[in-house]
Amino acid sequence: MRRDIFQAIADPTRRAIIMLLAVQGMTPSAMAEHFETSRQAVSKHIRILVECDLLDQEQQGREIQYHLRADKMLEVEQWLEQFKALMAKRFTQLDDVLTRLKARKK
Amino acid sequence: MTQEKIFNFVVDKDNLAVKVERSFDAPLDLVWAAWTEAELLDQWWAPKPWKAETKSMDFSEGGRWLYAMVGPQGERHWALKDFSKIAPRKSFTYRSLFCDESGKVNPATTGSTWVNSFSESKGITLVTNDIRCDSLAHLEAQIKMGFKEGYSAGLGNLEELLARLREKGK
Repeated sequence: MRRDIFQAIADPTRRAIIMLLAVQGMTPSAMAEHFETSRQAVSKHIRILVECDLLDQEQQGREIQYHLRADKMLEVEQWLEQFKALMAKRFTQLDDVLTRLKARKK
Repeated sequence: MTQEKIFNFVVDKDNLAVKVERSFDAPLDLVWAAWTEAELLDQWWAPKPWKAETKSMDFSEGGRWLYAMVGPQGERHWALKDFSKIAPRKSFTYRSLFCDESGKVNPATTGSTWVNSFSESKGITLVTNDIRCDSLAHLEAQIKMGFKEGYSAGLGNLEELLARLREKGK
């Protein structure tokens, strides 16, 4: 199954991880310190974020440090902007249809 | 009557939900008809130069609107709306999915759920769309189908439009 950024942000723990990484790159153990959940659970969320192509990985000694890819976060904005434009265009066309319907009724 | 039209577009990114509100200078009967009758939907649902072509329409609970978005080169993308709840002249709910010509949904694709509500005040009808997408892929597909491609010839227009929308959004 294809993963995308919306799956990334659909979960509160993953949103919290994104917030943490927005400030600075971190290793999984550093991240786990911020959560009540197990280290394993945090690792699972990190794996999903990696699959969503949202994190860059950097080997640091025995651990991997993760960085947030800000460009990926922008992707959502861009698609939503275009969806907004699509709806706006549809509605302008609907205005015309309604004007014609009103004229016909008279 | 020249009244400023309402157009709100509120995004709840955490839930991949969008709430769209738009007012129309027409009585509820007409707006409801335009949203629920195939002959009228075909006239506005696809952004020009694309057009919507209905293959079948059964506007009832459990019914379906099966239609194609037809591009300027005659390319066809099939989609359907499965109606689940209808409160006449008030609201209706559907599930939006992409399919083939026979209405067969590709199980690998995702969809969106739309709750569309209507209310009238002094001859102005307000339409609210509560849209929840399953995935970003579905949102992309909706836009690509009959919008992005339709504009590729005049990308300047789109840029301009987006710039205006961004300004308005501020």
